[in-house]
Amino acid sequence: MNILLVGVGGQGIILASDILAQAAVLHGFDTKKSEVHGMSQRGGSVFSHIRYGDNVYSPVIPHGQADILISLEEMETLRWLDYTNPNTLILYSKTRILPANTDSYPEGIEKAITNAFSNIIVLDPKEIQPKITHPKCFNIFLLGLLAHFAKIPVQTFKQAITLGVPKGTLQQNLNAFDMGYSHLQSTIRR
Amino acid sequence: MKPKTLLSGNEAIALGAYEAGCRIGTGYPGTPSTEILEHFITFRDAYAEWSVNEKTAVETAIGVSLGGKRALAVMKHVGVNVAADPIFTASYIGVNGGLVIVTADDPGMHSSQNEQDNRNYALAAKIPMLEPSDSQEARDYTKLAFDLSEKYDTPVFIRSVTRLSHSKTLVSTPDTKNTADTPSRTAYKSTRFKRDIKKYVMIPGNARPRRVELEKRLLKLFKACNTLPINTMETPNKKLGFITSGVTYQYVKESFPHASILKLGMVYPLPFKLIKEFCSQIQTVFIVEELDPYLETQIRAQGITNIHGKDTFPSIGEFNPQIIKQSLASAQCLNAVHSPTKALETSHSPLPIPNRPPELCKGCPHRSIFQILKDLNITVSGDIGCYSLGALPPFESMHTLVDMGASITVAQGLELAGKPSVAVIGDSTFAHSGITGLLNAAYNKRNTLIIILDNHTTAMTGMQPNPLTGETLMGEPAFELDYIKLGEAVGIKKSNIKIVNAFKKEAVQKALVDLLDSKKLSLLILQGPCLIYHKKKMKMAS
Repeated sequence: MNILLVGVGGQGIILASDILAQAAVLHGFDTKKSEVHGMSQRGGSVFSHIRYGDNVYSPVIPHGQADILISLEEMETLRWLDYTNPNTLILYSKTRILPANTDSYPEGIEKAITNAFSNIIVLDPKEIQPKITHPKCFNIFLLGLLAHFAKIPVQTFKQAITLGVPKGTLQQNLNAFDMGYSHLQSTIRR
Repeated sequence: MKPKTLLSGNEAIALGAYEAGCRIGTGYPGTPSTEILEHFITFRDAYAEWSVNEKTAVETAIGVSLGGKRALAVMKHVGVNVAADPIFTASYIGVNGGLVIVTADDPGMHSSQNEQDNRNYALAAKIPMLEPSDSQEARDYTKLAFDLSEKYDTPVFIRSVTRLSHSKTLVSTPDTKNTADTPSRTAYKSTRFKRDIKKYVMIPGNARPRRVELEKRLLKLFKACNTLPINTMETPNKKLGFITSGVTYQYVKESFPHASILKLGMVYPLPFKLIKEFCSQIQTVFIVEELDPYLETQIRAQGITNIHGKDTFPSIGEFNPQIIKQSLASAQCLNAVHSPTKALETSHSPLPIPNRPPELCKGCPHRSIFQILKDLNITVSGDIGCYSLGALPPFESMHTLVDMGASITVAQGLELAGKPSVAVIGDSTFAHSGITGLLNAAYNKRNTLIIILDNHTTAMTGMQPNPLTGETLMGEPAFELDYIKLGEAVGIKKSNIKIVNAFKKEAVQKALVDLLDSKKLSLLILQGPCLIYHKKKMKMAS
């Protein structure tokens, strides 16, 4: 399984990818994950490759081989399409974060994604944010949604969350995960 | 099945060193190497320090080694340049306790000013170098490096790259409860410092015989590496083979799981007997290495001809599985032995997506100085840290950047050339190698204005304390360098040293203009703590 998790610095990409990778390890998969730290922290694009299965070599996903692309930011979804193929499941949030020194957000992203892929789940943050107790748990909400496709049991995910988040925030993170998991039924799937 | 844990390459190097009985680490923060020492000090009884720079780190580590204990010195690739002076002579002196130097290279320049290939240092300094390809190997090779260091009486390099240091892969779970008493540790007994002037004092008369010893040691290593278990050969395919090392091995294996592969765990010295044996069995051999034709040049020098290297693969940047596949697909020579795989069907963005260049944090106390410098249209000689981003929009007010500390010295050169500028440097970089430049300016009667952006931490690499922070890596309180005393000590008049609150823009501008008007060597220290560091501190306090 090749999962590419992308967004913008500060959205919790690294924590979410750590939890996903941990869940894969707990389930017994060979697991690798790769990201780049450093300058990107200062408001740049952030990405994390998570790969698991019987035997994984490269820590980075080869182009065209992502099974799932999860994007926490709308235009970031398009930045990483080289890693996808027409069958990749695209799971993205309509959250918009304007890059520094840019005045307007590019238009037509949703249409471009819809044209290129048949497997898409779109999330509207305005709809979801009120449901979760803390806006910072949005990344874990997405993991809940992802749990339907990740080939890892829900209980294993929860175990990984327990290991991965600060104790004081555990309950709100588990709630966000549950909400994400049950959200799928109410989501339009194209 | 043994339980396994996900560790980054950096964490695994720290673990391996600890399991080898090493308890003392030195280094200077630098992406992608920084987390090694930060992880190392989480182990019981382990001590590490942020050195002022990489040269002091290696020299301290040499002292630890000569004192009979195992020592780990850690830095990024360009840090090895700073430490090169002691490193080249350390290979003459050899060791007492094992000495391992980690170089974390940055192919692709994710966070660096160049992408130099530090395997060349192993060759030039005649120091063995091991190159792990995942976290388990990072841990195992680091342990092995300490053993080799003592067995052959030599420092040993571990070479990592960004993609190893910052990837997490599985390692067999360390027994954390008993890590301090692992067999490796009990096997290692620290020895005492023995005075040995002929071995440890490199005056020419002693260095000449040590030079001979060095060649003898290399001969032994050249022979021994042919049977070293970390150099592995798999030859299922007689037509197509690869010679590779490090994380590139994983890309090759991913792309060609059934090809023959000679994987070099040790990249200096090279196992030429093994390489010849491999190449004689395989019709066409591709040498796959990021950056320089380091392996290729040495292998060609052995007279081996059925090989391809940089005629097929790029010399610039980081590799990944598709670069390897695409390079081979376009290699004419390959068609004879291997039918190229169909190009992958990938998607491409149908819309142009604006980049997200990194920027100085909103609310960073050191943004305003760049606006002032821009408004005054002053030429700025810059330096390395978060504030390097002053070169990007909206400020674009940094006009040179070379290496750590160069802001102060390049400004002196610009002054000599009749093009005055001001130097802008951060607190950690000033401690690293700005102070010698300051002394040089004072001694040679320059009139440069040096602006120190003091945010009280080493922010770019993730908030490491430094000699201006008042704290050590171990979290103990430490002496803070006194700018005024330092400035006066090198001969700057007190009236030409000003410390100003970075948040007070008008006061900053006034001080800047006053000091420029004085036309004398001056220090302007702008103090404003890094916001992220400040938040972290507040969180820890509450």
